[in-house]
Amino acid sequence: MYDFLTGPMLWATFIVSFGGLLVRTVMYVKGLNWQLDRVAYRPNMKYGIRGGVRSILAFIIPFKARLWQTRPGFTLLFFAFHIGLLVTPVFLEAHNVMFRNAFGFSLPALPTGVADGLAWVCLVGGLFLLLRRIAFPEVRILTTFYDYLLLVISVMPFITGLIARYEMGNYDFWLAAHIASGEIWLLALPFTKLSHVVLFFMSRMQLGMDYGIKRGGMKGTDMAW
Amino acid sequence: MPEGIFCNKTPINTEEQLKATLGDKGGKQYYEEMNHLDVDTDKLWSTIQKTMKSRTKTWLDICAHCGLCAESCFLYQVNGRVPEQVPSYKIQSTLGVMVKKKGKVDNAFMQMCMETAWSKCTCCNRCGMYCPHGIDVGVMFSYLRGLLYSQGFVPWELKIGSGMHRVYRAQMDVTTEDWVETCEWMAEENEEDWPGLEIPVDKVGADIMYTCNAREPKHYPEDIAEAAILFHVAGENWTVPSEGWEQTSLSMFAGDWECCKDNVLNVYSALERLKPKRAIGTECGHAHRATVIEGPYWAGRPDGQPPVPYIHYVEWLAEALRSGKLKIDPSKRIKELVTLQDSCNYVRNQGLKDVTREILSYIVEPGYFVEMSPNKEHNYCCGGGGGFNGIGLYRAQRNVALRKKMEQILDTGAKLVIAPCHNCWDAIRDLEEEYKIGIRWSFLKPLIIKMLDVPEHLRPTEE
Ligand code: SF4
Ligand code: SF4
Ligand code: SF4
Repeated sequence: MYDFLTGPMLWATFIVSFGGLLVRTVMYVKGLNWQLDRVAYRPNMKYGIRGGVRSILAFIIPFKARLWQTRPGFTLLFFAFHIGLLVTPVFLEAHNVMFRNAFGFSLPALPTGVADGLAWVCLVGGLFLLLRRIAFPEVRILTTFYDYLLLVISVMPFITGLIARYEMGNYDFWLAAHIASGEIWLLALPFTKLSHVVLFFMSRMQLGMDYGIKRGGMKGTDMAW
Repeated sequence: MPEGIFCNKTPINTEEQLKATLGDKGGKQYYEEMNHLDVDTDKLWSTIQKTMKSRTKTWLDICAHCGLCAESCFLYQVNGRVPEQVPSYKIQSTLGVMVKKKGKVDNAFMQMCMETAWSKCTCCNRCGMYCPHGIDVGVMFSYLRGLLYSQGFVPWELKIGSGMHRVYRAQMDVTTEDWVETCEWMAEENEEDWPGLEIPVDKVGADIMYTCNAREPKHYPEDIAEAAILFHVAGENWTVPSEGWEQTSLSMFAGDWECCKDNVLNVYSALERLKPKRAIGTECGHAHRATVIEGPYWAGRPDGQPPVPYIHYVEWLAEALRSGKLKIDPSKRIKELVTLQDSCNYVRNQGLKDVTREILSYIVEPGYFVEMSPNKEHNYCCGGGGGFNGIGLYRAQRNVALRKKMEQILDTGAKLVIAPCHNCWDAIRDLEEEYKIGIRWSFLKPLIIKMLDVPEHLRPTEE
């Protein structure tokens, strides 16, 4: 089982996941339409890129955009959750061992304590994101079963990973569950709303171009996000 | 059910139809007919497939349902923060469902969409600044309005509004003759006080071609006179076109895409005919958005720009004050608390936030200008945007919407509000009428004229 999950299945997962995300990115750009979107992308590329980069930076740097400043509590949770979600798997010692075996190279690994901490932060962040869906009427009205499912898919690898890591119960079982849930997560990326791992950048870039070109950039006033 | 006499899928194209629809007072029969109007679901779905591109598709797809856009919407704030006013919910429950069902929706659903699109969103685009994913619900509502319009589900006044544009190429029944006469009349009326004052019509090769909002010739012709006076004092070489002078587009808010294009091409052809160095539009945010910001795209201009540089009135005014073409008598500066309404349509939609403040620095005694909070591109809609002001059916909702602006103004302590946008001006007038908070409101033109330091040779000769 372990061999299958870390062998052919892993390869298939990577190909489908990253290939799928690439397809979505390309489709996004191809589906833009200057006239319907009302943004002259090509002739004003310089203004567009500038606006796009500003827009992305404003939202990936904690507390930079006005939104992040108005909601400090949420901002902390949100960034903790996303940083944990993205950083932990890539820089985890155990994953790097796997990398080395498979591809012959590895990335610098996080000290175990830090990795554990990040995993916990991510879990707690996820829990609070879930609670706020239930607690706040303005989020509850938007939330569907699908939103919960995606949250579960996203944190499952962390739950199983931590169980395996602390060797609670049957290690082999939890390790396999961990790998399988990680693969499910990866496979879900291109096909679900989790596609926002790349589409976030596309959408932000696009709106940033809109602002950079016709909504102010060409008038020499940068919009304060 | 067949289509109604007034409420149907055919736009108003003739004066006869227009007068008949106008005759249906308050749209009584119109709305009655709407209850029986069929949805052409195949056409709806094929339109969506043709026009809904990756931007909107992705926005609907990846909305994280996080609710962060809630607080950004003034309508959410003034309506007791009910979850039904969350921007994401408003668009997901309308356009989102329409797309999910592949256009297979019924009359009741379309009526619900109509109510949401025109009474729960003014297309002010504020939420777009606050969504982490960059989802601009205002943009999507403009799109939804187009779909609704094409199926006949549009408020009576806006059906008429876009009909006006189709028949007269103006948002009111002002014909070319009416317009030219108004210009002549206004020039004569003010000649005595301003010797040499002219409103030159159709002058080829002038430095400036001036365009305005049809409400001006129709209801406040003095606004045209004021523009003429200021151009006169500034020594500008200017003109107005006899055709293509109207730069507003109610069709933009009605969702009548075809008509939008026709109107803006009419203005652009005036530019091509008269070949001015540049064009200047009046103090109106919505007109500016239609002719300068969105218009080039309707007209299919690949660079996204009008045929000649086309600026908003505040840009010209700031320039004239800066360069000394217009001089303010310092003793006449405003010496009372005064605040400024930032119009979404040229501030959030084109970044013209600093020029208005520059103008104020010339005309307000230091220390008397108070900013609204929030302001500039974070300012809230006046409450009457996107056509809201004119729709009788939603008057009650519109009055609630005015409350945000009321709070903002009251917080400044100012009794004078400068609103260089027709629609904001109207909304603030209605706000005073409705809530009686004791404020005054003004465009920039009349204020400036009162403060001008007029050069000797332009003054009337004493008798
Ligand atoms: S803030 Fe953006 S992503 Fe979040 S619910 Fe609103 S529209 Fe959706
Ligand atoms: S565009 Fe304005 S009115 Fe419409 S949902 Fe967004 S914030 Fe609210
Ligand atoms: S009326 Fe004024 S404040 Fe309201 S949306 Fe239009 S420009 Fe903005």
